[in-house]
Amino acid sequence: MDITDFYDTFFEEAEELLADMERYLLELDLEEPDPEQLNAIFRTVHSIKGGAGTFGFEVLQNTTHLFENLLDHARHGELNLRRDIVDIFLETKDMLNDQLNAYRNGEEPDQEAFERICKTLQQLALEEIKSQNDSASSQAVDEAQAQTAHAAAEPVADNAQEAAPSLLIALLGVSEENRALLVEELEQFGKIIAQSGDRTRYEVELATTTSAADIESVMCFIIEPEQIETRTADTPATTAQAAPSEAAEPPAESPSTAAAEPPPPSAPASAASTSTEPKQPQKPAAKPAAKAKGGAESSSIRVSVEKVDQIINLVGELIITQSMLDQTVSQMDGISNGSLVNGMSLLQRNARDLQEAVMSIRMIPMDFVFSRFPRVVRETSAKLGKEIDLYTEGESTELDKSLTERIIDPLTHLVRNSLDHGIEPPDEREAAGKPRRGKLTLSARHQGGNIIIEVSDDGAGLNRDKLLTKARENGLSVSDGMADDEVWQLIFAAGFSTAKEVTDVSGRGVGMDVVKRNIQGLGGHVQIMSTAGQGTTIRIVLPLTLAILDGMSIKVGKEVFILPLSTVLQSLQPTKADLYEMAGDDLVLRMRDEYLPVIAVHDALDVAGAQTDPLRSIAVIVQGEGRRYALLVDELIGQQQVVVKNLETNYRKVPGVSAATILGDGSVALILDIAGLHNLSLGKKEANQPRHDAPAPPLLSPTEVDLS
Amino acid sequence: MNRQSTEAALAASEGENQQFLVFSLGEEEYAIDILKVQEILGYENVTRIANAPEFIKGVTNLRGVIVPIVDLRIKFKLDKVEYGGQTVVIVVNVSDRIVGIVVDGVSDVMTLTPDQIKPAPELGMSLSSDFLKGLGSLEKRMLVLVDIDKLLTSKEMALVEQVEQIAE
Repeated sequence: MDITDFYDTFFEEAEELLADMERYLLELDLEEPDPEQLNAIFRTVHSIKGGAGTFGFEVLQNTTHLFENLLDHARHGELNLRRDIVDIFLETKDMLNDQLNAYRNGEEPDQEAFERICKTLQQLALEEIKSQNDSASSQAVDEAQAQTAHAAAEPVADNAQEAAPSLLIALLGVSEENRALLVEELEQFGKIIAQSGDRTRYEVELATTTSAADIESVMCFIIEPEQIETRTADTPATTAQAAPSEAAEPPAESPSTAAAEPPPPSAPASAASTSTEPKQPQKPAAKPAAKAKGGAESSSIRVSVEKVDQIINLVGELIITQSMLDQTVSQMDGISNGSLVNGMSLLQRNARDLQEAVMSIRMIPMDFVFSRFPRVVRETSAKLGKEIDLYTEGESTELDKSLTERIIDPLTHLVRNSLDHGIEPPDEREAAGKPRRGKLTLSARHQGGNIIIEVSDDGAGLNRDKLLTKARENGLSVSDGMADDEVWQLIFAAGFSTAKEVTDVSGRGVGMDVVKRNIQGLGGHVQIMSTAGQGTTIRIVLPLTLAILDGMSIKVGKEVFILPLSTVLQSLQPTKADLYEMAGDDLVLRMRDEYLPVIAVHDALDVAGAQTDPLRSIAVIVQGEGRRYALLVDELIGQQQVVVKNLETNYRKVPGVSAATILGDGSVALILDIAGLHNLSLGKKEANQPRHDAPAPPLLSPTEVDLS
Repeated sequence: MNRQSTEAALAASEGENQQFLVFSLGEEEYAIDILKVQEILGYENVTRIANAPEFIKGVTNLRGVIVPIVDLRIKFKLDKVEYGGQTVVIVVNVSDRIVGIVVDGVSDVMTLTPDQIKPAPELGMSLSSDFLKGLGSLEKRMLVLVDIDKLLTSKEMALVEQVEQIAE
């Protein structure tokens, strides 16, 4: 087995560790830092460093090494944390993320950025650490000094060993290659006193002050936790005398790992850090972490999304088969086939439950989305010179994974917007009799089959007059009598910004229209509620999943199509008085004070045998991409939930169609895309235009005459 | 002249016997590599797709997967295109896509030795020889060996959004 096989595990774990680190950093109370939290931050960096060393990611290892040293001082109270220091830490975290991504893509990280961050960290170490004589602090400063620290730390570490319990670590079923890596890794924690054994059980005796849990968590980057057994060795100290020479030799020349080179600086670092301080602060912190980790591993498994989707597909199939059977059974005599009918209803219930259970696998809590906002708020508000607190509600509300990923960008936009335009600067707030600190709330909750995500601020609210003036300047048709709701929707118009000046946070007027489009693309919509002087709430309503859609089935000719129910506003029987002809072919439908372009579905999709007289069709009023249309269809069949199937898997994108689904009888129905349909019908009309209006080409007209 | 089919024929002559699924389009007999065939279905329940080329009959539901259906008879410009009890759909798996092709009937599976596969001559417009592996000769029968991979991923089939054309 190749070591690269473990890369992915490392990357994933490291990513989670970085996310944890960011959360801890943001939660940190600077006045009175919680030692638990500082330890937790230290541990995340330490674990990443361990993994990076094992896999030979040198740049990552060196960065984490410097970072770890600083954090070590911080947790020992030798470095007073301030906001700007935390900012540097956050920046370092971002850098680590970049480096991780570079390694993930098989590239070397940006050397320049690496040097810059090293310099920043070293500078910080030089300036801030109080006890300059501390050997450990100086080694964070430069390599040369690190050498002396190395020498100085050695005897200390040796002394510590006497007090330090020696651990007996048994590796079960570990290949030789991995074993060599692990032994090297263990050397960084202390002194190897003895090692022996074979593939099935290889025992290493290690004198160390690091807790067993910490060691295990580092080793888990390479092997499974079940493969490690640790216990405190009760071997007398005498064996320690005989062993060092043996342990000092590199246990095995492990090829392909750079891990063999960098240990010198880090080995004394961990030895020094653990030996100079009593190990109390570390121990208690390590315990819960280890417990949490063990707990998480036993109660959850990592499964690729593909596998889950496959199960979802199969269950969807099962549901369709079940409803086909159901149709057949319903036509049978219920008395003579009683048990079959009963069985069917049982099957139906079980199938629905199964579907629900399977869909819930894809659901992840909104916390996944919300957790990135403390950082955004912190940085943006600092940039804008505002004081803003972020509150989140309903973090445990669950949402389909594919949706959570796609909601992040629009939500970030809305949050930035609220921070920039919504919440006023502190002085202005004070003048208005509000607390200096603004409040931004992110909330999520379920309502029916939807999830509602709200971004609310307690800022000045939207300014109706300003919006209307601006809209007129932009040439939009508005009137003073417009309902508030419609006025608020103006901010979603492209190129619309009422900000007095463009800041680098927002205000360029791009964005809100993109937000709206993105959310509509997810099958949702945006509502705005605003009260002058009290704040604005932007509400996003989204379906819980993209895999199932509430649809309205319609019939045109003999064909059945599905309209997403979220786009349907109403349906009506058009009368002659409602319909107006424009420029020849174009029809518009008047509804209240609005003229809606009419799209004849049979025209746009070439359906044969459909009702062509608009007065005998049914007009379905729909909205797509912010505009309303009237679709002419033959018949409304009804509402139903449909499983969305991709057309592009085996075919290609079809204009006017967003996806397909399978109906109860097993046939395929296409799900219509309103905006695409409109473009189609426009295209059709343009294509038809020359033949009707332009003088017909002489060659063509005789044939046309002949035909008729 | 036509390098590909010669190459294919050459490659085949070096290799071992190949198995082909033989199907009929009108009076003609065609064959495709049997390893590309996933299954054979009856022709039913095809949902039309608007504004698609004529030979794309639509899509159908193959156990939950939406599969496009191509009528090769229309594509090859055959005179008689009828859908009856004999009409079958051969479901093929080409470059990770599943496509159904409508044919008049499936007759048998043939094993061709390398020297039974002759290079195809230049043909008419409806079937470029680029899409042929060659011609199979069997006593009195002649099989047109279709390179179904190339045919279905070709630009003119309009089945695939972006075509990576390997053959120029």
